[in-house]
Amino acid sequence: MRFERREHRPLYLLVLTPLLAVVAALALSGILIAIAGAPVFEAYWRILTGAFGSRLSATETLTRATPLMLTGLAAAVAFRARLWNIGAEGQFYLGAIAVAAASAKLFGTLPAPALIPLLLLVGAVAGMVLILIPLWLRLRFSVDEVVTSLLMNFVALLFVSMLIDGVLKDPLAFGWPQSQSVSDHAMLPKLVARSRLHIGLAIAIALAIIVHFIQSRTVFGMQSRAAGLNPAGAVFAGVQLGRTLVKVACLSGGLAGLAGAIEVMGVKGYVTTDLSPGFGYSGIVVAMLANLNPLGVVFAAIFTAMMFVGADGMSRGLGIPTYIADVTVALSLLTMLIALFFTQYRIRR
Amino acid sequence: MMQLFDILASAGLWAAILRIATPLIFGTLGALVCERAGVLNLGIEGIMTIGAMIGWLSVYHGADLWTGLLIAAMVGGVFGLLHAGLTVSLGLSQHVSGLGVTLFASSFSYYVFRLIVPLASTPPTIVPFQPIAIPGLSTLPFVGPALFTQTAPTYLAIAIALLMAYIIFRTPVGLAIRMAGENPHAAEAQGVNPMKVRYGAVVAGSALMGMGGAFLTLSAFNSFFPTMVQGRGWICIALVVFASWRPGRALFGALLFAFFDAFQLRLQTALSGLVPYQLFLMTPYILSIAALAVMARRARVPQALMQPYRRGER
Repeated sequence: MRFERREHRPLYLLVLTPLLAVVAALALSGILIAIAGAPVFEAYWRILTGAFGSRLSATETLTRATPLMLTGLAAAVAFRARLWNIGAEGQFYLGAIAVAAASAKLFGTLPAPALIPLLLLVGAVAGMVLILIPLWLRLRFSVDEVVTSLLMNFVALLFVSMLIDGVLKDPLAFGWPQSQSVSDHAMLPKLVARSRLHIGLAIAIALAIIVHFIQSRTVFGMQSRAAGLNPAGAVFAGVQLGRTLVKVACLSGGLAGLAGAIEVMGVKGYVTTDLSPGFGYSGIVVAMLANLNPLGVVFAAIFTAMMFVGADGMSRGLGIPTYIADVTVALSLLTMLIALFFTQYRIRR
Repeated sequence: MMQLFDILASAGLWAAILRIATPLIFGTLGALVCERAGVLNLGIEGIMTIGAMIGWLSVYHGADLWTGLLIAAMVGGVFGLLHAGLTVSLGLSQHVSGLGVTLFASSFSYYVFRLIVPLASTPPTIVPFQPIAIPGLSTLPFVGPALFTQTAPTYLAIAIALLMAYIIFRTPVGLAIRMAGENPHAAEAQGVNPMKVRYGAVVAGSALMGMGGAFLTLSAFNSFFPTMVQGRGWICIALVVFASWRPGRALFGALLFAFFDAFQLRLQTALSGLVPYQLFLMTPYILSIAALAVMARRARVPQALMQPYRRGER
């Protein structure tokens, strides 16, 4: 058996593969659910209704999908240019803590129309700064950025923990390590009344469209793609690789930092060290499920959020550990990888 | 200053160094053998997690400690097989496949752990490996209690490092591994099947990673808890670069790293209240990044690392 590169990729294949990958991942996690002694179809039904069955659960799912869209976009733009930014988790936290700090110490008294955009910018810049360290190490010392950006996650989380134990600690939190709250008028407006769903969802979707436009219609988008497809060829064609990568990194880190900022300003209002249940890492899966397509990221994020939100209810009802959601999402990444392979190759005997 | 000296002079520090180094030695050697054959294995963090969980689980269910270690190695190897299937047979991105293996292996470990231990506040414990005093040597002053009263897997890790150095540089198998990582086309021309060599190296390396994880539950601690691997896998990946892909230096690098880690732990207690403890906890990660920056350019990377090999395709 050997593999042969496909000359062209039929459209139906590109649409079907992510769906098939998800179905395969669900089937595989179904085995684990069955081993745990629970009815598989009922489990999945409960996940679906738990995530979309009511107004409350649907808004919860979309609230959860919002940061995933942004971290997913962060991974997608970077991976496109073959910049392996695995540090979205750290960038998320740095964006979040920057917002808390800026609101508590600097701009808290500004009126909302000035404050909100300013804080969002602060969060994005914080994320950019963090990714520029691994990028600098790559360009200057040729250190693979995968490991450095990953290790930065641990450093960033400890840094946040230090701040909320120290200078940014909320004196009113009964000794809990929790940052001071952002001022009330820094909170993002709600999208649906009597729910946690906030305007961040609209921002995330708008950014997905903008990123899609940047990637498909601008010179920078083309250069970043060329840098990913064939770095040597891109340099030969006159793309300044270093400069392109810096721009890509800023975009990627900025999106991840913005995710943290929006999560603070949209949902919690303050920072704790469990603000993110792995949004940065799940963002990688979201990006891969979307095949690095910015518009696909929106749907992949909703699917991933559905698994996480739905699994909570399923877990309570059937006694299956909620980690089944993480298992399914991770398996989707693996099955998606295999599925993508078959869009590019066919089997030849 | 006196405090610093006291810390350095205590046999406890030096004994702790070997203990802290052991999972890193296993993991670094595992990652090293994969990379020598041309495959980057970022699955390491997850494979160590599942090794820790499965090792603990086996012993908890009545297996003896060595069987637990063996099972951890086998399960690690199975996940290595998955990574090899994706990266060697299908030639998929080694970065993404490795991350996928990590995410899957760790979430799978947590899932299985929670199935068995639904909601206990204190995780169930086992009786771990006990320190073995090597007759004669362990009674030496200072050196004895520091170096020769470790648990058996620590001695095993050191032995494997030396054995691996011998295999890689002195045997035909080692030559085949190096060729698969440097120039698989030349290896093929020599009658070596680089695909098979890569499979073998990734499975064996992942087995070592699984043992490194199992050391945490079977020797260092006596129970499993989520996030117990805490980035050790990524540190191992950094240590491979630091070691310039040489097993002897990997042993040295892991010990050096463990020295700083053990030292900061004690310094943290000595200076508690004066400096935020988080600064100390950051040092292992910052050290790894610094080690990468210093060593990356000087290190000789296996030339075909991360390049999928397909017959007839260049």
